[in-house]
Amino acid sequence: MNIAARAAAATGSVTPEIVAEHGLSPDEYKLMVGALGREPSLTELGIFSVMWSEHCSYKSSKVWLRKLPTEGPQVIQGPGENAGVVDLGDGQAAVFKMESHNHPSYIEPYQGAATGVGGIMRDVFTMGARPIANMNALRFGAPDHPKTRHLVAGVVSGIGDYGNCMGVPTVGGETNFDPRYNDNILVNAMCVGLADASRIFKSAAKGIGHPVVYVGSKTGRDGIHGATMASAEFDDASAEKRPTVQVGDPFTEKLLLEACLELMAEDAIVAIQDMGAAGLTSSSVEMADKGGVGIELELDRVPTREEGMTAYEMMLSESQERMLMILKPGSEKSAERVFRKWELDFSVIGYTTGTGRIVVRHRGAVEADIPLAALAHAAPVYERPWSKPEPQPLVTPEQVPAPDSQLGALERLIGSPHLSSRRWIWEQYDHMVMADTVQRPGGDAAVVRVHGTGKGLAISCDVTPRYCAADPYQGAKQAVAECWRNLSAVGADPLAITDCMNFGNPERPEIMGEFASAVEGMAEACTALSFPVVSGNVSLYNETNGAAIPPTPAIGGIGLIPDIAMMATIALKRPGDVLMLLGEESGHLGQSLYMQVMLNRSWGAPPPVDLDAERRTGDLVRGLVRSGSLSAVHDVSDGGLLVAIAEMALAGGHGVALDAPPGPQPDHAIWFGEDQARYVIAASPDEADAIHKAAAAAKVPLRLLGKVGGGAIKLEGEPPLPLSTLTAAHEDWLPRFMARG
Amino acid sequence: MKASVIVFPGSNCDRDAAVALEAATGQAPAMVWHGDSEIPASDLIVLPGGFSYGDYLRSGAMAAHSPVMREVVARARAGTPVLGICNGFQVLTEAGLLPGVLMRNATLKFVGRDVLLRVERSDSIFTRRYVRGEVVRFPIAHKDGSYFADEATLQRLEGEGLVAFRYCDETGAITDAANPNGSRRNIAGIYNATGTVLGLMPHPERLAESPLGGTDGAKMFLSLVETLH
Repeated sequence: MNIAARAAAATGSVTPEIVAEHGLSPDEYKLMVGALGREPSLTELGIFSVMWSEHCSYKSSKVWLRKLPTEGPQVIQGPGENAGVVDLGDGQAAVFKMESHNHPSYIEPYQGAATGVGGIMRDVFTMGARPIANMNALRFGAPDHPKTRHLVAGVVSGIGDYGNCMGVPTVGGETNFDPRYNDNILVNAMCVGLADASRIFKSAAKGIGHPVVYVGSKTGRDGIHGATMASAEFDDASAEKRPTVQVGDPFTEKLLLEACLELMAEDAIVAIQDMGAAGLTSSSVEMADKGGVGIELELDRVPTREEGMTAYEMMLSESQERMLMILKPGSEKSAERVFRKWELDFSVIGYTTGTGRIVVRHRGAVEADIPLAALAHAAPVYERPWSKPEPQPLVTPEQVPAPDSQLGALERLIGSPHLSSRRWIWEQYDHMVMADTVQRPGGDAAVVRVHGTGKGLAISCDVTPRYCAADPYQGAKQAVAECWRNLSAVGADPLAITDCMNFGNPERPEIMGEFASAVEGMAEACTALSFPVVSGNVSLYNETNGAAIPPTPAIGGIGLIPDIAMMATIALKRPGDVLMLLGEESGHLGQSLYMQVMLNRSWGAPPPVDLDAERRTGDLVRGLVRSGSLSAVHDVSDGGLLVAIAEMALAGGHGVALDAPPGPQPDHAIWFGEDQARYVIAASPDEADAIHKAAAAAKVPLRLLGKVGGGAIKLEGEPPLPLSTLTAAHEDWLPRFMARG
Repeated sequence: MKASVIVFPGSNCDRDAAVALEAATGQAPAMVWHGDSEIPASDLIVLPGGFSYGDYLRSGAMAAHSPVMREVVARARAGTPVLGICNGFQVLTEAGLLPGVLMRNATLKFVGRDVLLRVERSDSIFTRRYVRGEVVRFPIAHKDGSYFADEATLQRLEGEGLVAFRYCDETGAITDAANPNGSRRNIAGIYNATGTVLGLMPHPERLAESPLGGTDGAKMFLSLVETLH
């Protein structure tokens, strides 16, 4: 029997067992009784439990999140709304957010991932934006784990089917395989939308006696206590929680999108919020609380798809594709016409009041009557104990054995699960619908044109979990810097980020220490790069049977390209071009993919991030891209310099002849070291002089790497590595892995 | 040329088609809601891609029975050119305007990528800007794109020259490797007997301007403008 059924069977009395099953500690229950002034009813207990869950209340993370910079001249709306909003000029704004759907996706990969995508798109169109691009950041377990293929297949298909049906292009993302995600995969979905800067819709209810309107799908019993599930650790019995996973219907969401945007063009909506986690409860409580009003709900008017649903079930259902709106009085009829046209449910289920309370009536009885302040503000805020992560020793290049052949190592790296082509994944996503995708998956950042203009929005998702595991502070800094670098590499001005903070159990001091360190690293990088956080979510308790995931602060950034004609891509385009490296080389191999793939182990500190160097180098690259001096650009990240060069060669179908590395570091440290703040650029020899001068003026080291041309990667003293061999290595692994019987 | 784009609940390439049409014709097409039983006077009717009615039941099956389709069928029978792209092709087969059916891809997965097509005829109203045998690049994005018809129907299509496009390699050769979805005889698009109705799985409207990476699709819309004025 699930929580809801047990609670319903308990005929009104709230026992300590029921409290515990709702994920509340005895102290939290005491606090709740104090805030309410009496013992709660079961429905009230359910409402409190979801509002005070980690997922909704951020009770463990709040004190740390305040350290993140959230402001800037480009920021129209920072954290606290359904999504963040930044200014794109010309009266346009980008609305974006990333959110996790980890636990549901592990239990039921297809529906879990699909509803994650559906939820994030609702967060964006709730604010008046048309979604124009989706991305996702996926972390799976080891390839040889028996569940991995099942999870990859289900998640990718779920993401694809939802986004494809919605007609929103999924333009990129990233995927990692690591045994530390074996029993707790991560599915982080990001959505970017486009809105009129003057027509942003928010969630604060205003006015008294205004109608509260329910639109979208009917309410069922699915997803009850999803938010509570997302706030607890997993164990072997977690599969029993399958009934708490929601089921998605992208067709209904497409109708809901069009209906909402159609109504938003009129002057009818006071406030609107998606019924996401904790469904009707969180949407009604948050809207009323933000607006400083009260709210009364008549549950008999909630459209349901099952007979005999209780108030408890209706308030806690996480059925998908639903929205709650506060309308201007008198506009109900015209609003209803819009939703009926799109064949969606529309029901006035209550009204705003001046009481500051939420009152829930069902079948003539008051099922809940709670002061909103108690739900929204009396929730506990924890300053959990934390311990600083142990710093790892710096590894010198000499400590890391060299390969027999550099090109042999390249071939192995680029064909490994970590660097192999993700084509098998993104070909299952419609990445071209809306006919504005001007940079498709596979580059540094995806770029979608701002419809009807020559402007482009660059989007990238980044984090390197193995760095974060070794040093959450440097790792989080690196994640922000890499995102900023990827946007700069295509020629965009980085604008802002959204984050998905995936961590283990915050009640353990070492996990809380990871979280605290990561926030500090992010804050430092965001501040130094003028790259504020405007939205995001925190996903804690990513543990199964006591084993936590590596700290994974996924960063989703967007940037603006003023003129897509001046955008850069990674593909080498012309034989005869010169290839150059911008940035400092120290041959840092600690935590590199070279170590992991060639030596099958990881040790040492991750590469340090010099934010001044990042800024200098990124600004230089962006300037060169915009002046049209470069024919190709690629940032150097996973796998190091030789991998970056190979990816450029593969994308363009042109080989390169490389000069011998200058030393003093060993060759393999130069080729596979993962020093940060670096870019490989290609340009016509005529431009080389001017580029040298610009780099010198910007105090950015520049090294000539070689020449573009031929059909192979050529390195002195080794047989050439034909692009056809490299392509086969790069493209082979994932499809073969997924086809394995 | 006056065009109408039919919008079903769940259509999602209606805007893309409208943009490509407007670029070619200089005027925005009429957007016609599925519940309407009247279509304005049109030189061309376009059934766009997407997931009409969620593709529930069977791709295109429910759209084929919507009120507006009765009018589309009548207009098509009276000679008005009709272009069905992707889901629009599925609707055309379900509505009986084109023979055969689009089945689940042989891989059983959605596939979104550019493919090469061989233009089988350059004398149709849709293809006069192309050269017969020319290899063009269009994107595909579908899960149900495997064209199937019985052997007799396939023979008739071949015999009457009603195959519009086939999936091919760079040289124009019709190979299994070039077939992205298991379509019979690599068929990507077909005409009706009079050559006035074209259904195809690939999306010409998505590669109709150079910022998107190609312009091969634009020639289809320009061909139509040239013929239909």
